[in-house]
Parts: sequence; structure tokens; C-alpha cells
Amino acid sequence: MPMTPRRRVLLAATIPLVLVSTGCSYLSGGGSAADPGSADCKAFSDWQGHDGKTVEIYASIRDEEGERMQEAWQKFSDCTGITIKYEGSAEFEAQIQVRVDGGNAPDIAFFPQPGLLERFAAAGDAKPLPDTVRKRAEDGYPKDWLSYATHDGEMYGTPLGANVKSLVWYSPKLFAEEGYEVPKTWDALIKLSDSMADTDVKPWCAGIESGEATGWPATDWVENVMLRENGPEVYDQWVAHEIPFDDPKVEKALDRVDGIWRNPDYVNAGFGDVKSIVTTSSQDAGLPVAEQKCGMHLMGTFYAANWSEDTEIAEDGDVFAFNLPPIDESVGTPVLGGGEFTAAFAERPEVVAVQEYLATVDYADRRAQAGSWFSAHQDLDLKALKNPNDRLAAELLRDPDTVFRWDGADIMPAAVGSGTFWKGMTNWLNGDDTGEVLTYVEKSWPE
Amino acid sequence: MGFDILLELPKLLWLVIGIAAFMAVIGVLLVLVDRGPKTRRDHWQALCFLGPAALLLLVGLVYPVIRTTFLSFMNGPSTAWVGFDNYVWMFTQPEILVVLGNTLLWVLLAPLLATGIGLTYAVLVDRARYESFAKSLIFLPMAISFVGAGIIWKFVYAYRQAETDQIGLLNQAVVWAGGEPRQWLLEGPLNTLLLIVVLVWIQAGFAMVVQSAAIKAIPAELVEAARIDGVNGWQLFWHITLPSIWPTVMVVLITISVQTLKVFDIVRTMTGGNFDTSVMANEMYNQAFRYNEYGKGSALAVFLFVLVVPLVAVQIRNNRRSRETQ
Repeated sequence: MPMTPRRRVLLAATIPLVLVSTGCSYLSGGGSAADPGSADCKAFSDWQGHDGKTVEIYASIRDEEGERMQEAWQKFSDCTGITIKYEGSAEFEAQIQVRVDGGNAPDIAFFPQPGLLERFAAAGDAKPLPDTVRKRAEDGYPKDWLSYATHDGEMYGTPLGANVKSLVWYSPKLFAEEGYEVPKTWDALIKLSDSMADTDVKPWCAGIESGEATGWPATDWVENVMLRENGPEVYDQWVAHEIPFDDPKVEKALDRVDGIWRNPDYVNAGFGDVKSIVTTSSQDAGLPVAEQKCGMHLMGTFYAANWSEDTEIAEDGDVFAFNLPPIDESVGTPVLGGGEFTAAFAERPEVVAVQEYLATVDYADRRAQAGSWFSAHQDLDLKALKNPNDRLAAELLRDPDTVFRWDGADIMPAAVGSGTFWKGMTNWLNGDDTGEVLTYVEKSWPE
Repeated sequence: MGFDILLELPKLLWLVIGIAAFMAVIGVLLVLVDRGPKTRRDHWQALCFLGPAALLLLVGLVYPVIRTTFLSFMNGPSTAWVGFDNYVWMFTQPEILVVLGNTLLWVLLAPLLATGIGLTYAVLVDRARYESFAKSLIFLPMAISFVGAGIIWKFVYAYRQAETDQIGLLNQAVVWAGGEPRQWLLEGPLNTLLLIVVLVWIQAGFAMVVQSAAIKAIPAELVEAARIDGVNGWQLFWHITLPSIWPTVMVVLITISVQTLKVFDIVRTMTGGNFDTSVMANEMYNQAFRYNEYGKGSALAVFLFVLVVPLVAVQIRNNRRSRETQ
């Protein structure tokens, strides 16, 4: 029987519908691999009973780091039957807001900036930690850390990874050959720089080019000096805008940085003059250290990933790091750093389970074993840390005497912390006047 | 990680689902048209076919425009009305004035240069030997995305200190000529001009192809008649070629102007808006999505919209006129 046009139309309409429904059901399928009852899975019994559920995580961690992270929670996933759907994006900071506004918030997000997390906490989008999760966080992490995820007395995030940003990378080989010693005071640091400046190795190399984030390594310098010169209380006031950005104290700190970064005798080893700092990428900036063409390079622990594979990171190897020495004895040697906080946008039991697990030492150890990672967790197995510089940094964080402060740019309002502060420092290195730059940043502070 | 076709299967399936869903919508629509009332059938058909498009326009264009306009009169987190504060900020903040100035420079230079170069090239290679080869040379950059072009040109302008080997083409040329390498992207307004070169590089191909086609469409007898009258090449261009293809030139100019107004990728890739090179689209993105200052970002967006509207209006009027003459 020949088809009538109407029937043909009906058929045309049905076939795609069938296709759509079968296709969707194929895509949503999945299952757990391990036997939840086995001895292997005993460690995860607290979080079992959510078989077949899915938790979506969104963060800025990508590539190898992202893969190692997923490797670390794979066992949890296998034993509990919770599928963790992870998405890492370079546009995290901008996209998370878009996703939350669009009603498409992830279940859990990892925030590298406490300031950003606080925005979502204040808006009521992020959920306060349930008691079980809060307890895990309080048991595992120092108060300095937890205070950064607290808003109005409620805790909104648990610390995840950590980094230390007050490290100075150097070449132990070069130091040994020339008879240099790791400086213990600021004066010794300047003296060391001077003696290097007399040789053909310039003492410092630096680079702040980083696409739209250009400028951030320069802000780390200012923060380190602010913290060492004025102590944590003044640092906190500065970050919270209780003292103006163009306060004489900040100007003094910037002048001190000026003595190193805008000193043509000191920079920019391997790249050119002072202005070449602006166009040298933050990834490349430290590499002359390993080639013994540059004396020192201030950069976070994460720079370990940038050395070539045959560069040995050790106290007697090709490169190693020391904590930037103190300026004022009474302040001591604080540690500047950062990391991530996990925050939840949903309260489903499987989401709570995942967030709780991520706050445990079991996760921290597994992640550390996967490589190139440490956290401030007090029970983290330091022997599992393969990089000696990670161990150095983790020990610094664990030391009960250590005063830890978070990278201020991550806490200031985004318009300043990832806007005018970066831009101001970039302009400063491009020749702008110190006072002019500080006024520019101060004026841009949102009311 | 290698490429595993099995891992990519879900993506292909999504593709199939997408196409199937599209077909389903069309199918349902056809059924609806077919089942419609017998009276006033033409109205029903128009509604069925135009309705979806109108709905999409409403959701995707009209609603965002209205919402953005409202947001531009509110503060950063969109919690309170601030009147014209964001617009006042836009026209008083020195930094934003630089941005507006840069945008103006872009809109004045890029379309003129791209269209001019495209036209000159089109005239020069017209009926020359190896015409298609010559054309494809200048057309090739069209195939590169703005971000890709930005990265390529960032290397062209790259700087290494004087004693070492240069990796940037421009600085190497300077060194060969006996000069000192320079940091090209640090000094304004030269850096903005160097960024404009990138857009011109991409768009000249488009301008050339479209205008070349228009030149070929000039009736041969017109050119012949002019030649018999004894014009030289210069006169032929000004009195015959240019007037004949004028509508096309306008279309090209306007299209590139609109492109230029929304330029964002080149600046973001090459300088990140630093060193006084930022443009409106870049600043709008920064304010709204990086600094969470939705009010200021929206104000910039609205102003950008206001600037684009007259260009689009001219375009539509031209279109209508050329349709009438046909």
C-alpha cells in the first residue's frame, strides 16, 4: 500500500524520537567495577549505599594534574558506586558564575580563590558544610586554612591541595661552585644578589606574562614583602581593605620590591632588561636557573612541573628552593600560599559523601602518591611526597609555629585581585610610577 | 592519551541525537501544519513556520537586550539601582576612555585598510596569470581563527634580548637591517596598530574575494565601451570599476566594521588588554565575567549595541535598495 503523505510525515516524526530516546538511555548508562563487600573496599564503608549515583565536579585543574586527581578518587568511586563526573576548565573562574546563574551549577566545585567562594556563600548558592564534613575538615586542617572558607560563622569549604608561594628557586650546583650560602636574612639576600651581580650571572629572573592573568607573579612578590615587613595582622587589614591600598606601608613594600625587580643590575637574567619581565611567560621565567644563567627565581611550589625531565630537584641537585628570608625578626618567617577549597552546590547524600571523602587523609595520601601534590592536612604521609620541594613546603605548612597567609590577590574583590592589582603591577614593571600605580588600584576597589 | 575511536563514540552519538532531534522538530511541525484548521490556512501556515523563529529571536535576542539594558542601570551584583552611574563611570574613568579610544581607532582603521587592500589586490590580479593562486595566497588567513592568528602574530612580534637569537620575525628583520630588537607590544599607540594589522591580515582575504567577484560581474560591454573611448587604467578604475561595485564595497566595509567592533580574541590572546590595548568587547568580558561587575559590563555591552545598530540599519537599507533595482 502506498503511503499517504500524512503517514509519511508521521513516520518521519517518530523515527527521530525513537532514536533520541534510545541514544539518551545509552549515554546515561554506567556501573561500578569493584565488589563493595571486598576487604579492599573496607576503608570506604562509611560512604557506601549510594550505588548508581553521579556527582558532578567542576574545577580549574586540568591535564596531567586532573588525571592524577581522578586516579586518586577512582578507588572511592569503584567501592561506593558513586560515579564522579569531572570537568576541568581553564575558564573556571568566569564560567562557574555563568553556570550557577544559569541554574546549571556543578554539585561540587574546587575554588582556588577564597574570595570567589565567599561570593557564592554570601549569595546563598554554595551550601554550608554539613556537620560530618565540617568535623572532618576541622580534624584535618589548621585553623589558618579553615578561616578562609568561613563566612558569617558558617564553613563553606574544605581545603584540598596546597601550594607555597614564598619559595625562592636556586641552583645548588651554582651555589656550591661559587661558595654562595642560602640567605637567612633579607640583608644576606641583598648581599648575595650584589655579589651575583658582579659576576656574569644576573641574580634574578622573572616573568609575569600569563595571557589575561598577566601580572600575577608580581603580586606574589608584593604580598610576600607586605607579610614579612608588617606581619600577618597588617597583611590581613590590607587584604580586607581596612587600610587603603596606597597606604605608606604598601608603598614601602613596593619600594623594597623595586630594589630587586626594577634594578637593572639584578634582572632579568636570561631575558633582557627590566621590561622583559612583562613579556616573559611565567612558565619560562625560571628556566635559566637550571642552566645556571640566573641566580634566583621566586615562584610557587607548582613551578616544579616546569623543569625539564632531566632536572633533578633536590637539596644537592640541579634546582631546589628556600623560603624567602624574613625582613623583620619580630615578624619571623611567615608562609604565603594558596590551594583549593571544595564547595558544594547541592545537598544530596552522595554529594555529601564525596565532599566528606575529599577531606579525609585517605584521599590526601592517595593523591600525594599519584605525584606532584601536597596539602595542609595534618596527617598527610610526608614520605609519600616524591618531590623534595613538596616535602619542604608540606613540612613548613605543618610546623605549628608557621604563620600561614593566603595569597591576598585571591581574597580581594575580583575587580582588584584578578584585575587592577595584576594590571597595576604590569604597568609598574612597564615603567609606571609607584604612587600612580597604588592610587590606580586603590581607586578601583569596589565599594 | 592516544585517540581511541571507541571513547569518541558517545560524541558521535550526541551528534546523531542532535540531528535526529532537529528532524523530530521539523516532523512535528509538518504534522501540525497538516492537521491545522481548514479555514484561514495561510495564517496557520505562517504561524507554524514563523513562530519558532520568532520565539528563538525573542529568547535569544530580544530578551537578552532588554535584560542587559536593565542590568546596566544596576550595581555589580545586580542588587540595587544606580541610575546612570555605570555610564558616567564609562565616560570618566581614564582607563575606559583609553578603551573607547582604542575601539575608535580599530573601527576607523581596520575596515578601511582591509577593504582598501582587498580592493587593490583584486584589481591588480584581475585577469592576471596565476590569478587563482595569487588570490588563494591572500585568502588563506581567512581559514585561521582569531585566536590562532593572535598566537601566530605574537610570535612575529616576539622579543629576545639583543645578544641572543631572535625568534620573532619582525625583530629578526630589524636586526638584519642593523637595528636593535624592540618590545613591540609594550608601547602605545604602536601596539594597537600592530594588533590591527592582524585583523587586516585576516579580513583582507574576505574583502578581496567578494570585491573580485563584483569586478568580474561588471558587464564586459561597459568596460569595452570605456576602452574605445580611450580611458587609461586609472580612469577606468575611478569611473567604471569603483562606481559599478560600490554597493559591494559598502557591504564589505560594514561587515568588517561590525567584526571590528566586537573584536576580542586578538586582543585577549596577544596582550590580554594590557599596555593600553584593551577594546570594548574585551573590557565588557572582564568587567562582567572576571570581576563580577555586571552593571559596568552591561553598560559597555549596551553602548557597543548602540554603535552596531546604525551599521546594521545601513546594511539593511542597502539590501532593500539593491533588491528593488533588481
